[in-house]
Amino acid sequence: MLNEYFSSVDLLVLKPAILLTLFAIGVLLTDLMLEPEQKYLNAVMALAGVGFAAYSLGPWPLGLQHQMGMAGADALEAFRGAVIVDSFGIYFMWLFLIAAALSILISIRYLEIEGEHRGEYYAIMLLATVGMMILAIGMDLITLFMGLELMVISIYILTGYLRRDRRSNEAALKYLLLGAFSSGILLYGMSLLYGLSGSTDLRIIASSISQRPAGDPLVLIAVITICGGLFFKIGAVPFHQWLPDAYEGAPHCVTAFMSVGPKAAAFALLIRMFLVPLASVRDVWLPLVIGVAIATMTIGNLAAITQSNVKRMLGYSAISHAGYMLLGIVSGNENGLKGIMIYLMVYAFMNLGAMAVIVAMRRKDIIGDEIDDFAGLVYKSPTAAVLMLIFLLSLAGIPPTAGFIGKYFIFLSLIETGHYGLAVVAVLYVAVSLYYYFQIVTSMFTREATDNVVPALSPGIRLALGVSLAMTLFIGLYPNPIIEVAGNTVASILR
Amino acid sequence: MQSVLPSLFFYALATMILVSAVVTITRRNAVHSVIWLISTLLGIAGLFLHQHAEFLAAVQVIVYIGGITVLFLFVIMLVNLDEAAKKKQFAGQWKIVVICAGALLAELGFFIFKGAEGFYFAEPAGGSLQPNTQLIALALYRDYLLPFELASLLLLVAMIGAVVLAKKDLK
Repeated sequence: MLNEYFSSVDLLVLKPAILLTLFAIGVLLTDLMLEPEQKYLNAVMALAGVGFAAYSLGPWPLGLQHQMGMAGADALEAFRGAVIVDSFGIYFMWLFLIAAALSILISIRYLEIEGEHRGEYYAIMLLATVGMMILAIGMDLITLFMGLELMVISIYILTGYLRRDRRSNEAALKYLLLGAFSSGILLYGMSLLYGLSGSTDLRIIASSISQRPAGDPLVLIAVITICGGLFFKIGAVPFHQWLPDAYEGAPHCVTAFMSVGPKAAAFALLIRMFLVPLASVRDVWLPLVIGVAIATMTIGNLAAITQSNVKRMLGYSAISHAGYMLLGIVSGNENGLKGIMIYLMVYAFMNLGAMAVIVAMRRKDIIGDEIDDFAGLVYKSPTAAVLMLIFLLSLAGIPPTAGFIGKYFIFLSLIETGHYGLAVVAVLYVAVSLYYYFQIVTSMFTREATDNVVPALSPGIRLALGVSLAMTLFIGLYPNPIIEVAGNTVASILR
Repeated sequence: MQSVLPSLFFYALATMILVSAVVTITRRNAVHSVIWLISTLLGIAGLFLHQHAEFLAAVQVIVYIGGITVLFLFVIMLVNLDEAAKKKQFAGQWKIVVICAGALLAELGFFIFKGAEGFYFAEPAGGSLQPNTQLIALALYRDYLLPFELASLLLLVAMIGAVVLAKKDLK
């Protein structure tokens, strides 16, 4: 009788999330016993949690199914259909774990400099990762919304983590107010979907939406509100205003984390919503997505040109990257979705790499996020300068770096589906983006150094930089493995 | 078959709710107001019980009377009561109040006058009179077990966040 309510599959499917939760609580407890100079052990413990969670996912990419002796099964359902673990979910869970691990690595030194090195930071980061995982595997509106809120509330807290820093407080407050507003809009759309179908299960919603007459105003309102909420979460224009402020004000290592993990999770939710419950009303949301994608690329790329703060510039560049990824949804075919998958993974490595360099620039009295702070970096620390150059090239999408592969598939899919105009616009904006990325490069390579402060490459940052660099170059030079994995992933959701 | 006792209960509870509610907003002393609020909420719990919603009645007592009013009392203890008692109790917007109340009364009067035809009744909620505590338990612990557990994590994060952001100095 018990099996009717709860089964071992439920536990196995959630194993990574459960492990992360346990380690988050463990970090909170052990933090009490640590002396101030031992606080780095919190990071070690958090990393161990991420490691165990990754181990429980099994060998890349489909270990979980093999582990349960269900190698033939494409997807595992648990909690009465509330979550579904398919290769799509597992791909994203890997992505979140990688983002969390690299962010923890670059946080250690930074938090020590700020004098805010406490266990709560890592605990919240791990719990945010749990929320992201739920977003990637959720199949039920309530579950998805709880996962979303778990993720964003954690990020609000991390954004305002530096209590003595006014910029951090301001960013957290802005992000919280706008974020709560957008969650409300999204929830309104979700409640309309529930009202239209009488169920919170995405698949049941999908079938009842497809039976509604074309042009039903209720469906229209539901689509618009859901799109509004989702566009806010990925930072698309016209819901992007929070993003540069939050990126600039948040602690460097939190900016790194939130530009990668939560963004990918929001895209996972967006893809799931567009491909399952809203698939039958593609005609309604397609013009909306096209308009938003163009506006996002335009504002993101043009506003980035005038920025003098590197974090703010990367914030606008993150907006423009969201625009490119939305183009993959516009084409909506296999290559387009494959492009988004690869793009998100690649973006995690290259953006975390670039942010790691910025974190290394943080010294006792220098915040290190102005373009002027990068002046003459090549004379002070050639390694950091060259690494930054590679990550910026990758962000711009220049071969042979990984950023090229992500953009390639998205542009390819646009041409396959006949969106030539969009493809041309997107390529033109890549040229614009080169301009502002090279503002940093010229500052690093051609200007005189204004001070003698050498960036501190702590062991954690070295490791994070090494991994990011290796993956950025590896995926760029030998993309076949990730293309294959992303292909399987897309096949699992398009079925 | 129709017994007169249920209506008696209803009217007794309704009187208790209405009288307590009026007294709640007219007391000058905030602590007295809260005590009367408890009486109002108890009356509502009684109404739930009357409708065979045992779970809601219990939750009403535990959450509202046990939790929220205690919170109110804490807040009242933190503010300066003597200062507040000297202030004018009502804003003096009598005209607006009379207009709003008049509109509401007219609306209610219209529907009472029309009787049951004025409403579109859905299937009466208590019609089948299933044990609703069990239904709620099944929804929470079976159908929506995962979101229910996630809510606990959400609250944990919010609690850690409040401590991290608001604690004075951790050194």
